[in-house]
Amino acid sequence: MSTTAMPAAGPAASPAARYIGQSVTRKEDQRLLTGHGQYVDDITVPGMLHAAFLRSDIARGAVTRLDVGAARELPGVAAVFTWSDFHGVFGEGWHAMLGEELQVPPPLAIGDVRHVGDPIALVVATSRYIAEDACDLIEVDIDATQAVVEFSTAHLDTDNIVHAGWGLVSNAMVVQPFTPMSPDLDQAFADAAHVVECTVRQNRYVCVPMEGRGVVANYSTGRDELDLACSCQSVHETRNFFSRYLQIPEANIRVTARDVGGGFGQKMFVFREECAVVLASKLLGQPVKWIEDRRENLIAAPHSRNEQGVVRLAVDDDQIIQAITIDHVGDVGAYPACPAVINPQLLPGPYKIPRLGFSMTMVWTNTMGKGAYRGPWMFETTAREMAIDHAARRLNIVPIEFRRRNLLAKSDLPFTSPGLQEFTEITPLETLEQAITMLDYPAFRAEQAAARAEGRLLGLGCCVYVEPTSMNAPTLATEGATIRVESSGKVVAFLGTTSHGQSVETTMAQIVADTVGVSYEDVTVVQADTQSTPYGPGTGGSRTAVIAGGAAREAGEVVRGKIVQIAAHKMEANPEDLEVSQGIVAVKGTPARSMTVKEVAALAYRFADQLPEGLQAGLEATVRFRPARFPTWSNATHLCVVEIDRDTCVPHVLRYIVSEDCGRMINPSVVEGQIFGGVVQGLGGVLLEDFVYDSNGNPLTTTFMDYLLPTTTEVPEIEIGHIETVSTTNPGGYKGMGEGGAIGAHAAVANAVGDALAHLGINVTSTPLGPNDIHALLVAAGHG
Amino acid sequence: MSTIDVAVTVNGRKRTGTVEPRKTLADFLREDLGLTGTHLACEHGVCGACTVIIDDRAVRSCLQFAVQVDGSSVTTVEGLATNGELNPVQRAFMNEHGLQCGFCTPGFVISATALLNDNSDPTDQEIREGLSGNICRCTGYQGIIRAVRSAASEMRASR
Repeated sequence: MSTTAMPAAGPAASPAARYIGQSVTRKEDQRLLTGHGQYVDDITVPGMLHAAFLRSDIARGAVTRLDVGAARELPGVAAVFTWSDFHGVFGEGWHAMLGEELQVPPPLAIGDVRHVGDPIALVVATSRYIAEDACDLIEVDIDATQAVVEFSTAHLDTDNIVHAGWGLVSNAMVVQPFTPMSPDLDQAFADAAHVVECTVRQNRYVCVPMEGRGVVANYSTGRDELDLACSCQSVHETRNFFSRYLQIPEANIRVTARDVGGGFGQKMFVFREECAVVLASKLLGQPVKWIEDRRENLIAAPHSRNEQGVVRLAVDDDQIIQAITIDHVGDVGAYPACPAVINPQLLPGPYKIPRLGFSMTMVWTNTMGKGAYRGPWMFETTAREMAIDHAARRLNIVPIEFRRRNLLAKSDLPFTSPGLQEFTEITPLETLEQAITMLDYPAFRAEQAAARAEGRLLGLGCCVYVEPTSMNAPTLATEGATIRVESSGKVVAFLGTTSHGQSVETTMAQIVADTVGVSYEDVTVVQADTQSTPYGPGTGGSRTAVIAGGAAREAGEVVRGKIVQIAAHKMEANPEDLEVSQGIVAVKGTPARSMTVKEVAALAYRFADQLPEGLQAGLEATVRFRPARFPTWSNATHLCVVEIDRDTCVPHVLRYIVSEDCGRMINPSVVEGQIFGGVVQGLGGVLLEDFVYDSNGNPLTTTFMDYLLPTTTEVPEIEIGHIETVSTTNPGGYKGMGEGGAIGAHAAVANAVGDALAHLGINVTSTPLGPNDIHALLVAAGHG
Repeated sequence: MSTIDVAVTVNGRKRTGTVEPRKTLADFLREDLGLTGTHLACEHGVCGACTVIIDDRAVRSCLQFAVQVDGSSVTTVEGLATNGELNPVQRAFMNEHGLQCGFCTPGFVISATALLNDNSDPTDQEIREGLSGNICRCTGYQGIIRAVRSAASEMRASR
């Protein structure tokens, strides 16, 4: 279901918006629906060997014995690598986006293990079956010591140090002491009619792309070249990483990722396993494939969430929030692939809150390291929105009404937050109003009152947020596009993107078709191949529509200009009188005077002597695009209705409503698909998914029997309303929207459970909220 | 390790192979027959990505050994379209935005095809229950459920 209000307007309309704005059929679908996608495990090359890792079953301890002799003897085993084989054969291992300080850890453990799943040895054999057999033959003794698991107190633990092996004496990776962002912060709390404090805790849940990580590394010793097929989110950053790691020029490395089965942030950066497999291929001089299995993906691919914040709100007599602070602790595990630090400046979100203060601490633990996950700055929203519900209960005001009084509306803009974020084109209050209209809020409250009278547990949760999309972080600020009209008249767009489910081939083709003036069917998008496409930092951070879309549009405009120039010369017409549409260049108002783009292309490539004086032959352009401002803000309101079964404590999501503003939509089906997927990941993280370690650091949720993902029976029909406020950061008027669904869902679902239980005196400020958790809350409140 | 000969009809074609007894059907299809449309996403029978049809029943090919299907008839995602024409379920997935990254899609399309072969007029609840053994991480299932609903009505109309 979908509702659209406030249709797009403004100067940013495309030259001929024939495809932009339409839910055209996806270019990706034919091959993916017929089993002809090409994911990394579908690739086979001559002489290819198969890799399997031996991983630690112990969270923390010294490796006292490692005997790979029997494994090496197994027929079919080509090699068994341990740290000593790799020592000294690789260079620096860092990513441009994260900086030189954050080196990828050594590919295999050196002397001690620091989390369960820590790779100890790598077996390479003629089949995966044999490689796994050989892993079973490796003898390893580990002298286990007490693991650090509970993150909220890990920085206080001086007896057990995760990285004692590095000579460290603390588990704190980063400590930022309390920092007031407003000079009168203390006074605001002193003067406040109400100060409300709560501890919001978000559980550990993980990306779980359906396709795990994987590589086929083919190092040619004779040519010093690496051909790497990789399930990743950025082929170019993967190439640049391995250029440094192998100390060979970028041009000696080709990275491709033809189809990628989801990533959600987990595949944004090269990690230890890819390094180990590349080194194995180099040392063996043979291609090596490694395909992560599900257990590996759950225990050893980057983890996420697991954060806690003590949130304080200063509220005046009119229920206006005068200040917000957070004391944040985040778990980065043993070896973070990307620590994804919170950005506390986002804490006030879409509210008119004038004052802010924060502290943050990031701690190492003996668990799998942290990586990016869709909406890496979601905790700021989770913490604020759960704290707002908590405060509303304390102040005896309805949470929706509390938000109404404090949210930014269009009429409040421009607005500079105490976190120094500048908002000009967002619609927080407007999305709230649209969402509660879609819900029929008064009817819901009446239904809830009736349900409570019957002893039923029915609740409404709300979450309002702003999302910084298309960030200006290192490497992320620009994208390139090369658009070429081939001599046949067909158009190919080479983009730096690495799509892993975002329909990039489709949406970018829509932009190119409209901009150049050809049919959608005549456009092919080539991406995820470092040998043919311009540099791009990767698909992530909700940046493709704005930045790659901007590049595609600007390159398309150059190409269209050249088409017009050539046609005008040939037709002896004034270029300003020509328009290009559906592959035909015609004189406006005189369609009979026309020629095809195909004819123009023939001139451009074959008959250069007939081109206008001084015009280069060929028909292509390369452009790098950088938005006018950073970030591009999008925003949304989520509403969730939950009913908890009083007997089983199972929470059922009855309705889910999103009102969002992502600017002009390139393809509404793609927009809604991104929202649907994100919402269900957030919903899963509250109600079903919970990655659990015991107190010794043993992971307890290592299969899909234990780590529960939402299925068709847990997910309701999701209703979406659109408000399209055109963005002026980019010529298309777009805003990023890949992550918002996941950002908003966590607090909306948790607040719905909280609302269902609030009248029983139960105060929900932490997740997960599965049946066991809800049962425990009921028992603790005397309602068991 | 000893090997065993296997003869299977796959997508209407007679195929033979010689496999270790421990080789899964999924690996046999992917590695020995080159049918890489069948995907492996959990290898413990929960996610449904590897679902194929064996003698008219939807089965998880990661939980079958290749030797178990000797003499059977197997349909994989590569066998659903006829002469390049998508089957109604595939077509509906395309029209209803029923896929994003596409990795779980072969399993969903096979499961939905088997579901509709058994029940040409499923209720929404039956569709949801029928597909609850398949996991998707991209779509939130919205387009998938719409697609199966739409394919069912198209299949009924064409009968």
